[in-house]
Amino acid sequence: MKASVIVFPGSNCDRDVAVALENATGKPPTMVWHAEAQIPDSDLIVLPGGFAYGDYLRCGAMAAQSPVMKDVVRKADAGTPVLGICNGFQVLTEAGLLPGVLMRNASLLYVCRDVHLRVERTDTVYTNRYEGGQVVRVPIGHHDGNYYADQATLDRLEGENRVAFRYCGPEGETDPASNPNGSARDIAGIYNERGNVLGMMPHPERLAEAVQGGTDGKGVFDSLVEALQ
Amino acid sequence: MKARIKVTLKNGVLDPQGKAIEHALDAMGFGGVESVRQGKYLELEIAETDEARAREVVRTMCEKLLANTVIENYDIELETA
Repeated sequence: MKASVIVFPGSNCDRDVAVALENATGKPPTMVWHAEAQIPDSDLIVLPGGFAYGDYLRCGAMAAQSPVMKDVVRKADAGTPVLGICNGFQVLTEAGLLPGVLMRNASLLYVCRDVHLRVERTDTVYTNRYEGGQVVRVPIGHHDGNYYADQATLDRLEGENRVAFRYCGPEGETDPASNPNGSARDIAGIYNERGNVLGMMPHPERLAEAVQGGTDGKGVFDSLVEALQ
Repeated sequence: MKARIKVTLKNGVLDPQGKAIEHALDAMGFGGVESVRQGKYLELEIAETDEARAREVVRTMCEKLLANTVIENYDIELETA
């Protein structure tokens, strides 16, 4: 599997996700600077976490206008899997590849801790190594992860089975206490219509090998290898 | 020409920062503040001298970058020198 990781000024999880990808695939991904017009042929494109352009104006707003994003949109439209993690998710919404927007956390606090996620679908390139309804522990670290979309969009996402992960308790139960940021309908990640674009606020690359204290995030990378190798 | 742009949250979109400001004002003893909504204000100096063309280009800037129309409205005011 050939993966490319887009690097924006202010990305800071690009190297972490590169390590997780290399561990899963056996080869390092190509790092692509945001000013490039062309991404090399890739089986997977990753938009990493961080604070692209300092989060100025709105998180992801200026990164979404980077030269490289035209090619990301083109390749996503052609079916290439595109994974946006945290700031990458924000960039995908600002670029119009995913609906809705990530707003300031309801608590107004930066939240950095492990959360439980319920895997809502296992028939995608990102989640085929998980069990349906499986509860995994994955870290979050963000100030703006409060997923918002109008009711019609939320209903459509649910009707089309496009919620990838929901914040939940350790047994998979969803309740306000288990929602770390106020996200509508406990949404932690969503797919585009076709299912090849995934945006998620949690960081699977931060718990992808034992030395990090857990491996629940590894399933995302192993799933991609399973589907794309 | 100067363009003054106000970007505000749409009605119905929760504004936790506005809420926090509202609570702070209340705690400071400013009674009677019924709600606070926080927005952004931008000033652009633009070379365009034709008002209609200036409005059109600033509107495009708002649609493409300055506002996220999923959650925000924008309002443009032009001031000719």
